Amino acid sequence: MSLHPFVIELLQFALLLGLAPAFAGWVKVLKCRVQGRTAPGILQPYRDIRRLFGKDIVLAENASWLFRFTPYLTFGVTAIAAGIIPLISVDLPLSATADVIALVMLFGIVRFFTALAGMDIGTAFGGMGSSREMTIASLAEPAMLMAIFTVSLASNSTSLTQMVSVMAHSEFVIRPSLAFALAAFILIALAETGRIPVDNPATHLELTMIHEAMILEYSGRHLALIEWAGMMKLTLFFALGIAAFCPWGIATGGDTGLLLLAFVALSAKLVVGACVMVLIETGLAKLRIFRLPEFLGSAFLLATLGMIAFFILE
Amino acid sequence: MNLLRDIIMTHFGTNAVLCNGAYPADVPQILVPREQFEDVGWLMKEAGARLAAEWGVDETLFGRGFALLACFARDTEYLLVKCDIPLDDPTFPSLSKKHPTAFRFERQILSLLGLTPTGHVHSDLRPWIKHEDWPVDAWPLRKSFAAAERMPRVEGDYKWVKAEGEGVYEIPVGPVHAGIIEPGHFRFQAMGEDVLNLEQRLGYTHKGIEKRFEQLFWSDGARLAGRVSGDSTVAHALTYCRGVEALSGTVIAPRAAWLRAIMLERERIANHLGDVGAIANDAAFTFFFYQFMRLKESVLRGNQRLFGHRYLMDRVVPGGISADLPADGKVFIDGELATLLTEFERIVNIYDLNASLDDRLRSTGILTAEFARELGTVGYVARASGQPVDCRILAPFSPYDLIPPRMTVLNSGDVHARAWVRIEEVRDSIRLIRELLATLPDGEALTPLGAVPSDCSSFSVVEGWRGEIIYWLQSGPKGEVNRCAVRDPSSVNWLALEQAVHGNIVPDFPLCNKSFNQSYSGNDL
Repeated sequence: MSLHPFVIELLQFALLLGLAPAFAGWVKVLKCRVQGRTAPGILQPYRDIRRLFGKDIVLAENASWLFRFTPYLTFGVTAIAAGIIPLISVDLPLSATADVIALVMLFGIVRFFTALAGMDIGTAFGGMGSSREMTIASLAEPAMLMAIFTVSLASNSTSLTQMVSVMAHSEFVIRPSLAFALAAFILIALAETGRIPVDNPATHLELTMIHEAMILEYSGRHLALIEWAGMMKLTLFFALGIAAFCPWGIATGGDTGLLLLAFVALSAKLVVGACVMVLIETGLAKLRIFRLPEFLGSAFLLATLGMIAFFILE
Repeated sequence: MNLLRDIIMTHFGTNAVLCNGAYPADVPQILVPREQFEDVGWLMKEAGARLAAEWGVDETLFGRGFALLACFARDTEYLLVKCDIPLDDPTFPSLSKKHPTAFRFERQILSLLGLTPTGHVHSDLRPWIKHEDWPVDAWPLRKSFAAAERMPRVEGDYKWVKAEGEGVYEIPVGPVHAGIIEPGHFRFQAMGEDVLNLEQRLGYTHKGIEKRFEQLFWSDGARLAGRVSGDSTVAHALTYCRGVEALSGTVIAPRAAWLRAIMLERERIANHLGDVGAIANDAAFTFFFYQFMRLKESVLRGNQRLFGHRYLMDRVVPGGISADLPADGKVFIDGELATLLTEFERIVNIYDLNASLDDRLRSTGILTAEFARELGTVGYVARASGQPVDCRILAPFSPYDLIPPRMTVLNSGDVHARAWVRIEEVRDSIRLIRELLATLPDGEALTPLGAVPSDCSSFSVVEGWRGEIIYWLQSGPKGEVNRCAVRDPSSVNWLALEQAVHGNIVPDFPLCNKSFNQSYSGNDL
């Protein structure tokens, strides 16, 4: 039995919406285990989201439409990204409408509005967070494009589905360009998703926050949407990394059996990927904020090296 | 032999009088004329002594006016200088010109006792501890103050230090914080991420402890002293008890002295373990935090098992201790410390090897030796900035005179140094407890408290885990409590934090703050 491409598209949306909290929960479980603590369970993020949806919103008196609009935009735009990144199949009609540059821009839109919302209320923490987030973004975005372009060069396309198809059908050989690009991508992903050593998603110290400082004033369903979108973003970055560097197992069409197999492969890769991230997060302290340009600078350098390696060696 | 006393006596000649009835004998109390009180400041400055504390006292019950006392310390010597202040002119010469620490002491004296510092043109007369919504003329430490009545609220304004210019912005933090910590307000002026200035505003946990002491019996005060700052309950209760015992001429049993020292060291271990973990946590090195919390918890549970209270609250009482070691106590502590030390060293080894943590802690929040000395800092804050101060060694009491602690002094003055001093002190405290246990005398652990004579005073000092704690007790005309002045190490070390964050970036402040970890409650009283 073969599914219609649009059905696959819907399936991807559902998959991301439904499984992102579980993935975030899995990361938390792993983290607890590694640190010798009892974990709250993989389902905790679902309970958190439900709890937040059940709560009233506390809104600052001077909050403008921007502040109220941003959570919906964040959630919506992040969900759209699920239609572009091949999670289980490369047969995605929406993918034709947006390539990898558009994908980076989608995340850029979310960041732009979140930064504005952070400043909208006028608290010191919000502005501080926005300023830090934009500083990091200005360094992370070019590095991210460079890393992705290296993969594009290897597949002669900036369309994600095209890139994945080429990669999935090529023989597994270690290509220096891709190795560099992958290293760069890991650094950028840590920065983009606000993980240690760039940002600490679990901190309560406002003065040290980056992403959390911008959304400090959110509550209730607004916060639920932002948190959920955050989990989706985390999952998407993993999925993007998997699609670009390790797509083997992904379905090329709409065959249900293959889709199922692709889903299992994706889950397995996510589980392993989370372990890698948790080990990085546990073994490192957070970087001093002025070290971040060096951190992201090395990501950019690695991505550039990848590109040069492609032209020289391939 | 007290050189500081000789300096004062030589300078003032017949104008200075040694007070009678001031205990202990090696901490003399000298009465000098009020007009010449400022001389004391520069004399002591030239002698290289620090202003350890300054407080006022209402002596109207004796038929006198007010009095002002300043405590100076240099190496092993302590000296109290007193001046009488008439009722109709409640002012005193400020010491702030030579001793920057005096600013907060004197603001506090003005706020709580209504004695105005004069003389120094830059005197900062903003309220301290007492907030501006209390009437300006409400002076709780005066005997005429009606403590039972409800305080009327008034409108008031607090003038903050301002910084202006393009790109300068202000970040107010607190008094309510996100973590489980005490309330206090910090106001930063920042330029980008660089901190231009930090101003603290404390007093949110003012409970009127000093006033409350005056309404209690001597024997009950230890319980209140144990609650001045909950994390150093042993140290505070011990300082108070030593003061009362000096006043009443009570000599405690050797066993009590030994067990008090064991409790004091256990408190030090528990708090230092928690602190080192918390410092790592503020650098997002969570693994470390949980491991240290686990070790701290094991010490607390040991306390519960040995003495019946996790934090050893109310175990130190005037005349001795209220809970003796159980029969199997020695064996239990031996086993407990062996496990603790092994696990502690394993975790410290990780701290030593982790470059990313090292990068965060080193050269962050440097308190220079000069500032540490000028501000009269005490405890691990001072020792991490090259100041060899530890009154367990400099002003020892039994059993520390027989079993001396080792002093760890580091010179870098950064967060790492403050963490490492703690690590070394945990090791040393474990050694101390082992030696104390090996030499633990037998016998009773509680001696009846003698009667307290009237119009006497006593000074006592104990090195708590945070640093030097000072109590000054004065008995009234009927032998009751007339004044109990408390100086927690936080009162001086908070000032040093303001200096340590200069040149740092805003996101590093929590790390600096945690490495100081001063008490809000002990400061606000």
